[in-house]
Amino acid sequence: MADISLSAGRRWKKPPFIKSPLLRWTLGFGIAFYLALAFGTTEVDWGRVSEGIPRGARFLSGFFPPDFVSRWDEIVQGLSESLWMTVTSTVVGIAISIPVGLGAARNLAPKPVYYFCRGILAVSRSFQEVIIAIFCVKLFGFGPFAGFVTLSFATIGFYGKLLAEDIEDMDPVQAEAVRATGAGWFQWLNYAVQPQVLPRMIGLGLYRLDINFRESAVVGIVGAGGIGATLNTAFDRYEFDSAAAILLVIIAIVMAVEYTSGYVRKWVQ
Amino acid sequence: MLRLQKLEKQYRTGDRALKGVDLDVPDGQIMALIGPSGAGKSTLIRCINRLVEPTGGKVYLNDVELSGLGAGALRRARRRMGMIFQEYALVERLTVMENVLSGRLGYVGFWRSYFRKYPQSDIDEAFRLLGRVGLDHMVDKRADELSGGQRQRVGICRALAQDPEVLLVDEPTASLDPKTSRQIMRLICELCKERNLSAIINIHDVMLAQMFAERIVGLKLGEIVYDGPPDGLTADVLTEIYGAEDWEATIRKVEDEDAEGEETLEEALHEDHRPAVLDRDLLTGN
Repeated sequence: MADISLSAGRRWKKPPFIKSPLLRWTLGFGIAFYLALAFGTTEVDWGRVSEGIPRGARFLSGFFPPDFVSRWDEIVQGLSESLWMTVTSTVVGIAISIPVGLGAARNLAPKPVYYFCRGILAVSRSFQEVIIAIFCVKLFGFGPFAGFVTLSFATIGFYGKLLAEDIEDMDPVQAEAVRATGAGWFQWLNYAVQPQVLPRMIGLGLYRLDINFRESAVVGIVGAGGIGATLNTAFDRYEFDSAAAILLVIIAIVMAVEYTSGYVRKWVQ
Repeated sequence: MLRLQKLEKQYRTGDRALKGVDLDVPDGQIMALIGPSGAGKSTLIRCINRLVEPTGGKVYLNDVELSGLGAGALRRARRRMGMIFQEYALVERLTVMENVLSGRLGYVGFWRSYFRKYPQSDIDEAFRLLGRVGLDHMVDKRADELSGGQRQRVGICRALAQDPEVLLVDEPTASLDPKTSRQIMRLICELCKERNLSAIINIHDVMLAQMFAERIVGLKLGEIVYDGPPDGLTADVLTEIYGAEDWEATIRKVEDEDAEGEETLEEALHEDHRPAVLDRDLLTGN
């Protein structure tokens, strides 16, 4: 009885996220102070903004109605280049990223291999596709081959990292059980690791296909071929109605790929 | 014949999980390893097939010294040691048959296993084992579609597909209900007897250990504190292994539960076998 009455008025509060009050308040005030300064020094020329809005509207109205007809051959040409670039770079990129990803999984690879493969992934991930594309265009000249190399390179970083993380998250007990049967290393990969990571990796492969198609439009603008190059040409010629048609085609294809990949991902689980 | 000599394991954290364990398990003997959590039971059986590397001492399987083997020889030695796990440890996205056949991985080459083109004799044996545990109608189900007891039976088939000389069994019943636990323990023991296999069974449930094992070894803080027949487990011995507790009450309760009729799948399949009757009066000290 005594115990109950003693504990009746005892208060409880959720422990704070950052324990030290000094650090907590310093961080809070620091962030508030920086934001105040940052917004205070942002210069907005309202005159130019008000001029820009009607100009933007005129620019947009040039997109309508979209013209699919007059540049149709170029659009088909650009699209087929883009699709070629997308499919080949996804396949090659994934093929290379599998050994790299295996090497970058902490629970599979010895330390030196791990650091080497993590290094490859870090380099691949640290550059945006456009920057690699500029470099590849300088290296291989204009055209879809530069785009293919760019996207393959970017795919390695994306896919390899996610593969490595998925392997690190796998159930160690299942892996242990297969190891205990006396399986060889490759058999162990095939029986213990692959079934655990495969469904997610198929889904991510399709997701990467989707990304690569979108990126193929972007890298084309810096000269790496594909639908992006067609789009760039259309803008250069002030043919905004053809540009609008190209954009619509890109949107349609991205949506189609996304819908299919979502469906396939559900199916492989 | 499995022989452990001065087996030591010190983890990198400094914990000494095993402190010089000496143990001989003759062929065909079913030995239960009991002890509190953290006593080193799991470590002990994993040091035998070197899923955990022992830091000292020796392990002999027949005349082969296991702790000094290179990678290839270790794989060949592992084939002869079947392992059964606590949470079944089936590869969940593989089918029942693939899981059972994975017990043959040490015997077939990579491409054969990759294309699932196992020798017909392996497939025959897998069907026979699955039939023996009553699962031959489920060969193409994915492992994650099965119930706990069914999964553990597949786990048993996988271990036996290796054609082992020793079974290393780690808490086979920890995630099963009491009735399924008995079925599984009975099945393991029957199969060991059929094939004259020796088995080391880690088990929390003292009562199950007494029901099914011929020999009980009690492990406490990495040392063997009891090694003897099941009916030698008096309340004093249990206190020695686990610490002070009212053991009489525990044993009595279990006895009541046991008195309820047991009609199990395994009994329906093999009515000839009954667990050995134990003299529980001895245990309760009456």
